[in-house]
Amino acid sequence: MCGIVGLFLKDKSLEPKLGDMLTDMLITMTDRGPDSAGIAIYGANADGRAKLTVQSDTPEAAFDGLDGALAEALSADVSIRVIDTHAVLELPAGKEEEARSALAELRPGLRVMSAGDTIEIYKEVGLPEKVAERFNVRGMSGSHGIGHTRMATESAVTTEGAHPFSTGSDQCLVHNGSLSNHNALRRKLRREGVRIESQNDTEVGAAYLTWKMQNGATLGEALEGSLEDLDGFFTFVVGTKDGFGVVRDPIACKPAVMAETDQYVAFGSEYRALVNLPGIEDARVWEPEPATVYFWNH
Amino acid sequence: MQTYDLEANGLRGLNSALQELNGSSNKTAWEIVNPKGSHAIAVGLNSPIEVTVKGSTGYYCAGMNQQATVRVEGSAGPGVAENMMSGTVIVEGDASQYAGATGHGGLLVIKGNASSRCGISMKGIDIVVHGNIGHMCAFMAQAGNLVVLGDAGDALGDSCYEARFFVRGTVKSLGADCIEKEMRPEHIEILKDLLARAGADAKPEEFKRYGSARKLYNFDVDNAQAY
Repeated sequence: MCGIVGLFLKDKSLEPKLGDMLTDMLITMTDRGPDSAGIAIYGANADGRAKLTVQSDTPEAAFDGLDGALAEALSADVSIRVIDTHAVLELPAGKEEEARSALAELRPGLRVMSAGDTIEIYKEVGLPEKVAERFNVRGMSGSHGIGHTRMATESAVTTEGAHPFSTGSDQCLVHNGSLSNHNALRRKLRREGVRIESQNDTEVGAAYLTWKMQNGATLGEALEGSLEDLDGFFTFVVGTKDGFGVVRDPIACKPAVMAETDQYVAFGSEYRALVNLPGIEDARVWEPEPATVYFWNH
Repeated sequence: MQTYDLEANGLRGLNSALQELNGSSNKTAWEIVNPKGSHAIAVGLNSPIEVTVKGSTGYYCAGMNQQATVRVEGSAGPGVAENMMSGTVIVEGDASQYAGATGHGGLLVIKGNASSRCGISMKGIDIVVHGNIGHMCAFMAQAGNLVVLGDAGDALGDSCYEARFFVRGTVKSLGADCIEKEMRPEHIEILKDLLARAGADAKPEEFKRYGSARKLYNFDVDNAQAY
């Protein structure tokens, strides 16, 4: 199964409540996916600074002194914000690749969850409620966010296999379904130089979109391409720095409901996930059409 | 009128209370408040009661219904009125996937649109959709009537048997072995009755009829391409 939620705010006054609303939506989807949960949140952008969200199974050892060590390696100002097993490193924009290489040397067990100007990804194994509590998702603000509750059908129940997946700067993808050609596609994309770290089919979907965009496609075109090149059942919700997109495969047997008001666009695997949003009674609620790309931008 | 707050009192209590009426002849009216998209509301009913759900429902609302009239004052999630035997289910809003699937009897009315696989494998149910329907509707439909006032999506009636499909709008494509058929006086009569019972403002003459070409009933290697 799996549960997907997403919230793209149009009304800035709701931004401080983004995490709170997203948490309620995520917890409601627990019975679609109790194995693991994760969120991508697009928060504040510090001018000229990039963010790397990293995760460690041994956070105390891994994060101790990491900012100093990384600052030295990059000869740049680095700050660190530790939240449970995750930490957000802020560094000068343009240094992300250099930082990844340095991190691989400094802390080999560290996993990079996301990189970009505004994106932060938090994901762990466990019930969605517990995961949201560990990272205090309720307290987070932002312009848009995406969440996922996982019932594993492809690859192991591990932090690495949890969604969202981020394979490009400020990009992320969550998925309900299963891709049947992900092994062949993973090999192809790796040959093309795309970084894919897990055995999970969703990461291949994310990497496919990144690869298309690296070759000049817009996100809309990349999503159109996924309808041709990905085989299987899927409902994708994607985030970019300022955008939010949805696509379902042509058979569209994975459920999806969308709602739009003047204040937001919301996505849920089920209507239940949306019932506590403000003004939902008067929202335009619809089921996204199969093989149709939906996209909103700020 | 009995009012049941689903949020406060839970699903099990609701379905137990409604199912306790099974077999009795009391005509009882029920109102369910705060459905909030919950699953399996008012399933397995078997008495001529009237149930109104004040809001939208999740999966499988009014599944396996017999005799009861269930009205959803909102939209319905996947599988509304699945495997209905008799009675009436009315959805004021839209219905999600596979509405009325495998239904053996009764009437399902959807005032809004229905999405994919509406009436899949229907076995005698009558379904009237005031809006549009999605793709793969009435796949393997065996008996009953599917009436659509709007448009139908791809592959209507794929591999169907003796069910009848009446569509007023356009049909994006017909499924394997489904063809347009002549609208005879008896079909006008059937349609007139269904439209009246569904409260639909349309004339039977405006519809086209579709159904099985009956070429896939028995395996014939010459038809292999049609599967």
